[in-house]
Amino acid sequence: MRVEIRDYASRSREIIKEEPGVREAVTGATIAFDEKRRQGYSEIDADAWRRWAEGVKNHTLTHLDHYLTEAEARLEANGAQVHWASDATEAREIVTRLAKQHSVRSVVKGKSMATEEIDLNLALEDAGIEVFETDLGEYILQLLEEPPSHILGPAIHKSLQQVQRLFADRLGSAPDGDPDTLAEAARLVLRDAFIRADMGITGGNFLVAETGTVALIENEGNIRLTTSLPRVHVAVVGIEKLLPRMTDLAGFLQLTARAATGQPIGCFVSLVQGPAVHPDDDGPEEVHVVLVDNGRTDVLAHEHAWEALRCVRCGACLNACPVYRQTGGHAYGWVYSGPIGSVLDPGLLGLHEAMPLPFASSLCGACTDACPVRIPIPELLLHWREEAQEEGLTPWKERAALAGLASVATRPGLYRLAGRIGSRLGATGVARALPMLGEWARDRALPKPSRQTFRQLWREGIE
Amino acid sequence: MPHEGAVPVGWGGYLSRMNVALFVTCLADHYFADAAADAVRLLRHLGCDVTFPPGQTCCGQPAYNAGKSRDAMRMARHTMDVFADSEAVVLPSGSCATMVKKFYPRVVRGAAGAAGQAGAGARAAQASALADKTFDLAEFIHHRLGVTELGDGLAGRRVAVHQGCHALRELRLETELAVLLEGAGAEVVPWEAQDECCGFGGLFSVKMTDVSAAMADRKLETLPELDWVVSGDGGCMLHLDGRNRARGMGVEFVHLATALWRGVTGAHRPAGAR
Ligand code: SF4
Repeated sequence: MRVEIRDYASRSREIIKEEPGVREAVTGATIAFDEKRRQGYSEIDADAWRRWAEGVKNHTLTHLDHYLTEAEARLEANGAQVHWASDATEAREIVTRLAKQHSVRSVVKGKSMATEEIDLNLALEDAGIEVFETDLGEYILQLLEEPPSHILGPAIHKSLQQVQRLFADRLGSAPDGDPDTLAEAARLVLRDAFIRADMGITGGNFLVAETGTVALIENEGNIRLTTSLPRVHVAVVGIEKLLPRMTDLAGFLQLTARAATGQPIGCFVSLVQGPAVHPDDDGPEEVHVVLVDNGRTDVLAHEHAWEALRCVRCGACLNACPVYRQTGGHAYGWVYSGPIGSVLDPGLLGLHEAMPLPFASSLCGACTDACPVRIPIPELLLHWREEAQEEGLTPWKERAALAGLASVATRPGLYRLAGRIGSRLGATGVARALPMLGEWARDRALPKPSRQTFRQLWREGIE
Repeated sequence: MPHEGAVPVGWGGYLSRMNVALFVTCLADHYFADAAADAVRLLRHLGCDVTFPPGQTCCGQPAYNAGKSRDAMRMARHTMDVFADSEAVVLPSGSCATMVKKFYPRVVRGAAGAAGQAGAGARAAQASALADKTFDLAEFIHHRLGVTELGDGLAGRRVAVHQGCHALRELRLETELAVLLEGAGAEVVPWEAQDECCGFGGLFSVKMTDVSAAMADRKLETLPELDWVVSGDGGCMLHLDGRNRARGMGVEFVHLATALWRGVTGAHRPAGAR
């Protein structure tokens, strides 16, 4: 996916003003998801689970080299082949090379943010390979040629009517078909694709080091088919997806499902343990696991941002986020959107590339309360803001204004004077001409200052 | 004057009147001066002696929020010195109270880490001492004074509570505002967006003005039928009311301090305040 983060402010404005349906659809869907997450958390001692999960992930990240080596050895012992990709280009090359080696003409895919991140579909299509997204939401977006708007519900920004129109147009389904009818129409196309496919590509929710197991969570059953029907299965997995032991996985499967949708566990959990061994075994002849770095070791080395690598991509922070709700994911300009995108993208892409995302937050903290691995998102945003200030990535007027405030605020006499002038100016409309307040005042009536300041009231005596 | 000779309702088990330093905050000083004065009346009524250390300025949140931690540190240092000798510090702003209570210790830690400054340990101790004795107004009344019954001056009033995010998620004041308002006679009506961020976020509302305004709209559009929206955070109120007036929606915003004081002084006086 092309990086278009720089335009966050103008894109969000455009979406809010020109596509009001997006705000409505995203707000409705995320509030429903968030409600389910709360319900799911309320059925367990969520705080204890989250602390445990945070601890397991911290341990794993601290010993990542150890667990990666263990995972590689176990995967190979299981008969899977392991590939290391240091960046997106390498990852694309590995997968396209595998496809060519196996004379693949048709690929089915399970929903995967990692493959979005490395722009895999484009590379495969350039190599003349047909690609089918088999998650219903992803399939809708593939038809529309749009990137996902949400980690978990890629098409949540679309209304039912939009999907009805699309499917009537492209698949010939009834223009007023209910969701079941629409799913059926997609299923017909995808069933054929599954049968024809030579290769199945998925991501991986977790990779268990102890057993060399790729674990995948889903609700539609398409990932089960993607990992079992085609001759070759390729799993593209970020190196932070590791878990030490199988017993850890048991906890993470449940906590992730609760965080994402409030379910006690996903409808389907696929545990990929390598290729079929005996001729009458089900499953692919070959299993490949592509371990992708693509900036992750840089994030791990960062003094603060490493905490974002605990992320299990459940989408709970997006669902809880009132900023995300106004625009959906497209405003953010890259594959990871919402709160986690705003802290992860600067790490993966470099802060310069990810501006102004650290500032695209009111720091309300709803994300952190929802996060199953307790990533302190507002704190991380503040660290990125601090770095942005130090590197001069923010407007100089803003930096000067804040330095000025500090100088004034450490001199009480000057502060009193400046305050009086400031609030009175605001009332006269001069503020509309000032660079920062002018923006503010475009959509809001300016505040009315009190008749007398509190200081004056205090001096005169409060009764 | 209700506080004169009043038996303090909020004795809270303390033997002498408590000394409270009011940290008025920039916004309250200039935009909610009357509310800040009501906070003084309320605290006196509840048995506190209120002082106003004149050297106080800005808590530094605008700088902290923008990632200008060195500037924030300068303001934190100033504030820590101004309130060094106060027994308790009360702010009529959940957000600024959070800055002092939760973020000063972080700012000081960050500064110490960055520069290995001399005296860092002393500053850290000063920050945690100030954090321990600093309270948001609602927090102070409810938890420190142990008062929840203020009177019934708000009887017949339907109010909704706007929860400021810092008070809600950093100070974990989840029900305190509603409890106090009910203890002042009001009917607190449910509001589906009560706990959602209004989109102010200081610098955020300036930098991402469209998203910020859309967030305010979500709050305003979901309001039930009511007399007032009450909040303990002036910043949120300026932003929400700015949007409210720009759209001509006619919603009335009242600061918590004013609402509670009216609860005390309304037609029916509480038993303790004759
Ligand atoms: S940051 Fe936390 S809440 Fe957000 S997607 Fe990652 S794990 Fe889920």
